[in-house]
Amino acid sequence: MHLYDVPLVFALIGLGLYAVLAGADFGGGFWALTAGSGPAGERIRDYVHHSVAAVWEANHVWLIFVLTVVWTAYPVAFGSIASTLSVALIVAGFGIIVRGAAYALRSGTSSTAETRIVDTASGLSSVLAPFALGAAIGAIASRRVPVGNAAGNLITSWLNPVGILIGVLAVATCAYLAAVYLAADAARGEEHDLTRRFRARALGAGLAAGAIALGGVAVLHADAHPLYHGLVAGNGLPALILSVLAGICALGLVWTGRFEAAQYTAAVAVAAIIAGWALAQQPLFLPHLTIAQAAAPHDTLVAITVAVLAGAAIVFPSLALLFRLTLARRLGHTDEAPAVPTPVAAVLSASTQGLLVRVAAACLLVSLAFLTATDAHWAHVIGVSALLVFIVTGFLAATPAELAQTSASRENHTE
Amino acid sequence: MLAEVTAFAFPPAHQAYLLQARQMQALSFSVHIPLVCFGIALPAIILYVEWCYLRTGDTLYRTLAQRWTRIMVALFAVGVITGTILSFEMGLLWPNFTATFGSVFGLGFAIEGFSFFIEAIFIGIYVYGWGRLSPRLHFASGIPIVVSGITGSFMVIAVNGWMNHPSGFRLVGGKTVDVHPVAALFGNSYFWHELLHMYLAGYMVTGFLLAGAYAVGRLRRYPVPPTRYERTALAIPLTIAALAAIAQGPVGDWAARDVASTQPVKLAAIEGLGTTTKGADEHLLGWYVDGRVKYGVAIPDLLSLLAFHNPHATVQGLDTVPPDQRPPVNVVRVAFQTMVGIGTLLGLIAVIFLFVRWRHKRLPDSVWFYRALVFAGPLSVVALISGWVTTEVGRQPWIVYRVMLTDQAVTGASGIPVSYGALALVYLAVACGVAWVLRRLARVPMDSGQPSPSPAAG
Repeated sequence: MHLYDVPLVFALIGLGLYAVLAGADFGGGFWALTAGSGPAGERIRDYVHHSVAAVWEANHVWLIFVLTVVWTAYPVAFGSIASTLSVALIVAGFGIIVRGAAYALRSGTSSTAETRIVDTASGLSSVLAPFALGAAIGAIASRRVPVGNAAGNLITSWLNPVGILIGVLAVATCAYLAAVYLAADAARGEEHDLTRRFRARALGAGLAAGAIALGGVAVLHADAHPLYHGLVAGNGLPALILSVLAGICALGLVWTGRFEAAQYTAAVAVAAIIAGWALAQQPLFLPHLTIAQAAAPHDTLVAITVAVLAGAAIVFPSLALLFRLTLARRLGHTDEAPAVPTPVAAVLSASTQGLLVRVAAACLLVSLAFLTATDAHWAHVIGVSALLVFIVTGFLAATPAELAQTSASRENHTE
Repeated sequence: MLAEVTAFAFPPAHQAYLLQARQMQALSFSVHIPLVCFGIALPAIILYVEWCYLRTGDTLYRTLAQRWTRIMVALFAVGVITGTILSFEMGLLWPNFTATFGSVFGLGFAIEGFSFFIEAIFIGIYVYGWGRLSPRLHFASGIPIVVSGITGSFMVIAVNGWMNHPSGFRLVGGKTVDVHPVAALFGNSYFWHELLHMYLAGYMVTGFLLAGAYAVGRLRRYPVPPTRYERTALAIPLTIAALAAIAQGPVGDWAARDVASTQPVKLAAIEGLGTTTKGADEHLLGWYVDGRVKYGVAIPDLLSLLAFHNPHATVQGLDTVPPDQRPPVNVVRVAFQTMVGIGTLLGLIAVIFLFVRWRHKRLPDSVWFYRALVFAGPLSVVALISGWVTTEVGRQPWIVYRVMLTDQAVTGASGIPVSYGALALVYLAVACGVAWVLRRLARVPMDSGQPSPSPAAG
C-alpha cells in the first residue's frame, strides 16, 4: 500500500461505518414508516425513535468524514463525482434534511397524530436518502462518472440498472441492520413482544436483501461487467465470499435468537461488500483516473493521514463511551428526580463587585488601545486577551446569579 | 493575478446560472450561520447555568439549563442537516474549486469533521443524560461540546480566511503544487480577526435572541414585576450578549483595518470609493452611482483616518482593478452599513443594560428597554448575515481572492434554478417547523414541579 492509498482506506472505513451505523438509523425510519397504525404501531415507532435519538447525529457525521477526506485527498475525483451525481446527491440531501428536521420536530409533538405525521416524513426520507446514496455508489462502481466538471449524464449515470440495484439493496440492507439492532436492543431490555416482532422483520428484510444481492449478480454481469469480473474472478472475490458467509451466518443467528452476535456478523457482511467493491475496482478511482493520479500532493496526504489518526484517537473512545451508555440504557428519558447536589456556596460574593467593574472597564480601555492603535501582532494578542478579561470580569460583576440569589432570600423571608 | 489565462483542474464550464448558484450558496449559508451561533454560544451558556446549579443547589438553575438544553438539541439537529447541505454544495455547486484546491483547504474541513463528531457524540450524552448521569459527570459531558464548538468554527473560518488571503500552494498547469496545507490554513494572519468577530457575533445572536424571548414574556405581563425565574432567564443571556456587543466594537475596527490592508478592493466597495483618494471621506448612508456615493452624509477624511489612522492617507479606489474584477458595490456597501448600524444600536442597548446592572444592581424597568430588546434578537441575526454578505460578496468576483473567479469554480451541471427553488421550499418548511417546535417548547408549563423530561420523551 502506498501513501496515496491511505486516505482512501480511511474513507472506505468511514463509508463502512456510515453504512452499518447511520444505515441502521435510516432502517429504523423504514420500520417506523411501515409500523402501521394503532397502539402496536405507535409502540414500534416510539421504540425506534428512542433507540436512535441519542446516536443519529454522531452516526451521521461519518458521511461528512468521508466527504472531507475524499475532497482533501482526491480533489479531482470528488469534483467529478459531485458534479456528475449532483441530482442524486441533492435527492439524498433533501432526504437528510427532512429526516434531521423530523428529529428536531418530534420533541415538540404532543399528540399521536402529530407524531405520526413527523414519523411518516422521517420514514419516507429514510428510504429516499439511502436509495440515492446507494445509486450514487452504483454510478461510480459501474464507471459512469467520468473525470470532469459534470462530464457524465446527470440522470442516467445513477438511474440505471446497477444504480437502482445498489439503491434498492441499500434500502433493504438498512432495514435489515435496523431490525437486527432493534431486536438485540429489545432483547437486552427484555421486551419480548418487541423482540419477536423485530426478529420477524429482520428475517424478512435479511432474506429480501439476500435475494436482491443474488439477483444483482445478473444485473452486474449485464450492466457493469468490469465490476462483475472484479468481484467474482478478481481481487474482490475473497471479500465477496466473506460477505456471503457472514450474511448467511447472521441470518442463522437471528433465527436462533442470538441477536448480539447477529448484529456484528451482519455489519461484517455489509463492510465486506464495500471492501469487495474497492478491491474489484482498484487501482482505478474513476475511468481513466487511477488512485495515484487522483491523489493530492504529498504534504496534503501526510497532513490528512496525521489528522485522521489523531482525530480517531479522540473520536473512537468518545464513540465507545456513547455506545456503552446507550447500550447500558443510561441515556434517555427519566422520571426519577435527579439527586440534588449539596449547595457549596453562593455563586459569587457581592463584595468584590465594585472592584470587578473597575477591572472590566480598565481591560476594555487597554484592549481598545492595543487593538486600534497599532497593527503589530503582539499588540493584538494583548488587546484580545484584555478583551477576554473584560468579558469575564464584566460578566462576574453583573453576575446574574445574584438576581436569583438575593430574591431567593427575599422570597424566603416573605413566606 | 492572471486568472483569465490560468488553467484549473477542469476547463471552464460556461454556466448560465452562476448568479442562481451564488444565491443558492448564500441561502444555505444564511440558514446555517444563525444555527452556528447557537452551536458556539448556547452550550457554554447552559454549562454556566448548570455550574450555578451544582454550586448553589438551587433548582431554578437546573430548570433553566434543562429548558435551554431542549432548544439546543432542536437547533443542533437542524444545524447538522444545514451543515451537511453546505458540505454537499462544495461539490454540487463549486466542483472546480474543490477539485483544484481541495488539497490545500480540505484539511480544515477534515479537522472540523472531527470537531463535529465530538459535538454530536457529547450532545447525545449530555442531552439524554439529564438525571441519568451523576451531576458532576453530566456537567463534564458538556465541556467537550463547548470545546468542539470552538474548534469546529475555528477550522471553517480558517478556510474562509484562506479564500480571502490565499497562500501555501502554486498553480502549475491547473494543478496545485508545493502544497503546504497546514501553513496555508493556520499560518494565515488574516483569519484571527474574522474568527473573533464571528465568536462575539455568536454570543450576541444567541444572547439577544434568548433574552428577547423573555422580554416578550415580560412585556405581556407588564407591569407585574418579573419572577425570580424570569429575571434570571433574561439576565444571563443578556449580560453575555451585552458584553459581546461592546467587545465587538474594537474587534470590528481591527477587522476593517485588516481588510483595508489585504483586500483594498473590498474596502473600496464597502465604502463606495470609486477612485483612489488621498484623505478619503467616509459616507454614511447614500447610494453608489457612477463612481461616487450620492445622497450620503460625507465626513471629511474619516475613511483615511479609520483605515490607516492618518487623515491624509491614500485609500485605494475601485478604479485600481478593471470593472469586471469589482464586486457589486451597493450590495456590499448596504450590507456593511446595516451591520455597523445594528451593531451600534445593540452596543447602545448593552451600555444601558450594563450601566443599570452595575450601578443600580437591578434590571432596567422601562417598558421601552424591553420593547427594544424584543427587536434586538432578530436585528442581531440581520447584522450577522449582513456581515457575511459584506465579506463574501465583497470578495467577488473571486472565490479564491485573485486566484480563481467564482465563474471558473461553478458546476457545469444544468438545473441549478430547480435545485435552488427546491432548496428554498424545503428550508422554508424547515424554518416553519423550527418556529413551531420552539413555540411548543416555550409553552411547556413552568411550574409543573417535575424537572422537564428530555426531548426523547417526545
